[in-house]
Amino acid sequence: MIQFVLLISRQGKVRLTKWYSPYTQKERTKVLRELSGVILARGPKLCNFVEWREYKVVYKRYASLYFCMCIDQDDNELEVLEIIHHFVEILDRYFGSVCELDLIFNFHKAYYILDELLIAGELQESSKKTVARLIAAQDSLVETAKEQASSISNMIAQATK
Amino acid sequence: MNPFSSGTRLRDMIRAIRACKTAAEERGVVRKECAAIRAAINENDNDYRHRNLAKLMFIHMLGYPTHFGQMECLKLIASAGFPEKRIGYLGLMLLLDERQEVLMLVTNSLKQDLNHSNQYIVGLALCAMGNICSAEMARDLAPEVERLLQFRDPNIRKKAALCSIRIIKKVPELAENFINPAAALLREKHHGVLITGVQLCTELCKASEEALEYFRMKCTEGLVKTLKDLVNSPYAPEYDIAGITDPFLHIRLLKLLRVLGQGDEDASECMNDILAQVATKTESNKNAGNAILYECVATIMSIEDNGGLRVLAINILGRFLSNRDNNIRYVALNMLMRAITVDAQAVQRHRATILECVKDLDASIRKRALELVYVLVNESNVKPLTKELIDYLEVSDQDFKGDLTAKICSLVKKFSPEKIWYIDQMLKVLSEAGNFVKDEVWHAVIVVITNSPDLHGYAVRALYRALQTSADQETLVRVAVWCIGEYGDMLVNNIGMLDVEDPITVTESDAVDIIEIALKHHTSDLTTKAMALIALLKLSSRFPSCSERIKEIVVQYKGSLVLELQQRSIELNSIIAKHQNIRSTLVERMPTLDLLEWEEKQSGSIPNTTGSTPAHASINIPNGVAKPSSAPLVDLLDLNSDDVPAPSSSGGDSFHGLLDIDLSGAPKQSGVNHSPNNGTDALMDLLSTATPTQSRSAISDLLNSGQDNKTPVSPLEVLSSPSSNSIQPTSSAGAIDLLDSFATNSPIQENNGPAYPSVVAFESSNLRIGFNFSKLPGNPQTTIIKATFTNLSPSVYTDFIFQAAVPKFLQLHLEPASGNTLPASGNESITQTLRVTNSQHGKKSLVMRIRIAYKMNNKDVLEEGQINNFPQGL
Repeated sequence: MIQFVLLISRQGKVRLTKWYSPYTQKERTKVLRELSGVILARGPKLCNFVEWREYKVVYKRYASLYFCMCIDQDDNELEVLEIIHHFVEILDRYFGSVCELDLIFNFHKAYYILDELLIAGELQESSKKTVARLIAAQDSLVETAKEQASSISNMIAQATK
Repeated sequence: MNPFSSGTRLRDMIRAIRACKTAAEERGVVRKECAAIRAAINENDNDYRHRNLAKLMFIHMLGYPTHFGQMECLKLIASAGFPEKRIGYLGLMLLLDERQEVLMLVTNSLKQDLNHSNQYIVGLALCAMGNICSAEMARDLAPEVERLLQFRDPNIRKKAALCSIRIIKKVPELAENFINPAAALLREKHHGVLITGVQLCTELCKASEEALEYFRMKCTEGLVKTLKDLVNSPYAPEYDIAGITDPFLHIRLLKLLRVLGQGDEDASECMNDILAQVATKTESNKNAGNAILYECVATIMSIEDNGGLRVLAINILGRFLSNRDNNIRYVALNMLMRAITVDAQAVQRHRATILECVKDLDASIRKRALELVYVLVNESNVKPLTKELIDYLEVSDQDFKGDLTAKICSLVKKFSPEKIWYIDQMLKVLSEAGNFVKDEVWHAVIVVITNSPDLHGYAVRALYRALQTSADQETLVRVAVWCIGEYGDMLVNNIGMLDVEDPITVTESDAVDIIEIALKHHTSDLTTKAMALIALLKLSSRFPSCSERIKEIVVQYKGSLVLELQQRSIELNSIIAKHQNIRSTLVERMPTLDLLEWEEKQSGSIPNTTGSTPAHASINIPNGVAKPSSAPLVDLLDLNSDDVPAPSSSGGDSFHGLLDIDLSGAPKQSGVNHSPNNGTDALMDLLSTATPTQSRSAISDLLNSGQDNKTPVSPLEVLSSPSSNSIQPTSSAGAIDLLDSFATNSPIQENNGPAYPSVVAFESSNLRIGFNFSKLPGNPQTTIIKATFTNLSPSVYTDFIFQAAVPKFLQLHLEPASGNTLPASGNESITQTLRVTNSQHGKKSLVMRIRIAYKMNNKDVLEEGQINNFPQGL
């Protein structure tokens, strides 16, 4: 099971955190500090796994971002690397060549995508296309609602002019 | 004007935060935003609620407190529209977790949304539930989720399946309800549903034996067929990764097959073919393929024996191990660890490669490899492997040395074929990484050396040489200092030369030099310095010619700011100056310590650690020297209660005695325990490191925990009744003289003060506790209570522990009990001394709450009570 997912920038800034096991705010801060210290310090040629407490952290660097997933001892580390890559590809498709700024300003979108990919720390969908389709459908629901709202508020605005 | 652009937008806030140059500036911006959001919350602003929550999530991610926004999530979730719900659920998952009470409030909304007509809203609710639901919610909503496992849209079914995993983890007894719907998911074609269904089944198997049996019977064949179809499926662009169709599904299927095959021959038999196919056909040039192979190997290793498949699996691991990719090597090491229980021989074949991995640049790989090497070592290969590891110790990273040293020490101890080899290896480790060696390890080295009389000379000479080059390794210095103190004469005269040694020329003053250096070296800590002082004392007797010089060195510490050193210096100085006649007896060579007995003590089987262990610890800490805390008290007593033990023959005296880091503060202060002709007693006193501050507690610890001393009495009584112990009052004058600086204490204290009647403090059908009271003269506040526990039942009590608690105005100190086994029918009793200090003496009387735990016929019994019948005036 994936215990948590972290996105950390090369400067150690947190871009996304998703906790599938309960950690208090204090523990979260501690975990983040500990792990970013360990992972950011590792050289480029080393393996992508770090043993941490009773877990393992699988991380992979994409441009300026480190994608980290913390897993149980007997989980398949190589598969988790594939899951990370799967996630990155979906982000890439959604944002169109994703960059760190996309994830900063649209952090909620990144969360929505992650929620279509993982639930309860387990993999939900192995098809990138399906994820993209589900996200698009929900985005369009939001758009329609927004348009309706703005057209109503325009009407109100005009009526009260 | 568009209302969506008024106020600061999310985007603007993020920009503003990013523009901040300092942390203080950022805090300022966040504070302003939070204030605005709080204001909006108070006004119950509806229009911007979702935007405010989005801002809060960002602020939360930066690590600021956002609890005030939790209720906003609930409001958004309760609103009707999809956009509000979407952001509301996201906020819920980010800002809350299962432990917050607020979460319960969402149960109702969740229930409604799980039944919503819009499938996306159902999806949101399932997702939130799967990620953060608590056990209580899981129980309430399980029927909804169960129903959704059959929902028409596959995307809901898959979410419901994962949500069920969470429910089962939280409430395992719900597992049975999910067995049938989960089995139905295994027949699906949709990959998402299939993958989640397989995961749900795996989880069910872990949670319930019944589920495991069911799936094993009904689904094994179907799963094998699904995997077969998947392996042979044509190119499917939607699921293709590096030429393989859906490696995720591959892996999940293999994992479930592993669970089903484990411990069941029929199921294992059924999956043999497909496992062989996966193991041989999967492409291993990409990560995805390797991930499948890795999972497949794990499954082969776990299911019931099939020789052919295992060979295949070990070969795959061998290939992995020689891969250039670090990730692959890492997982190979990881898996070999599991394979070793299955086929140790096959793993041994890769020993050389694994040993190389110990030296890898990558800390993760090194760690794995070291653990693997550790389990690979046996009697036949310990020498070459240890050599490799020790050689590597020289060049390894600082952070890795701790782990490596611990492993080497443990291996050398476990497999050493002969003592000389052990000593050699440990000396190498001490010289290379002495600072990483744990206390018990260097203690063990000394014990082994004392136990090998023919190697004393060899060891001390080797240590002397090592000290020349590695004087910065603290533990090496300690061992060397101790050995030079003990065997200095052998060092100087080259006694007991082995053939393999080169003779060295060391003069007596060289030996003193090196100890002096250790004593004065700036990195030496208190323990080392204290040990060096003792070593000097020993040398002063062994090398009469250096006696004057040693005295001068010792005297320098008379003014030391460290109490410990000052005290030792004064004591040792008076021995050197005034007691020539007994000195040589005092510093006789330490008797050998029984290795087995010592190891037992190390492993923690200390007889008298009943409810009062904290007392030991608190005594030991200020001393700073006696780190292994509980053993010494018991050890000391061996010395103490043997009437006239000849130093060379008393096998029971402890290693701590040997190291003279005991804390026998007592005799000095009581002043009754000295007898110049009783070598061991005096030795113990003289070498003790107790500080004057620890007084009474140490005495009673010391006396009460004696093995020969079955019915210990309160310290006072002990002091005043010498016959009950090995105390020889006639010699007290000598002792006072010996330690003139402490002679002010009157050695025998009167047992005075008013007498108090004894009471029966507690009586139940099984147990009676009697209290005897006495007071310390000149200290009316403190009462010494001697508790006597008597067993009234016909069964023996074991693991007897007495605990007591007192109100704040009292201070309670429990001494160790005389034992923890209480024989049946009041044949014998346990006694324990309590010291109670009443800060409100004269105003309030004593009161105490007690708890007694013991085992009767191997059953735990707990008794509790309150004692109010203390005599007045305590």
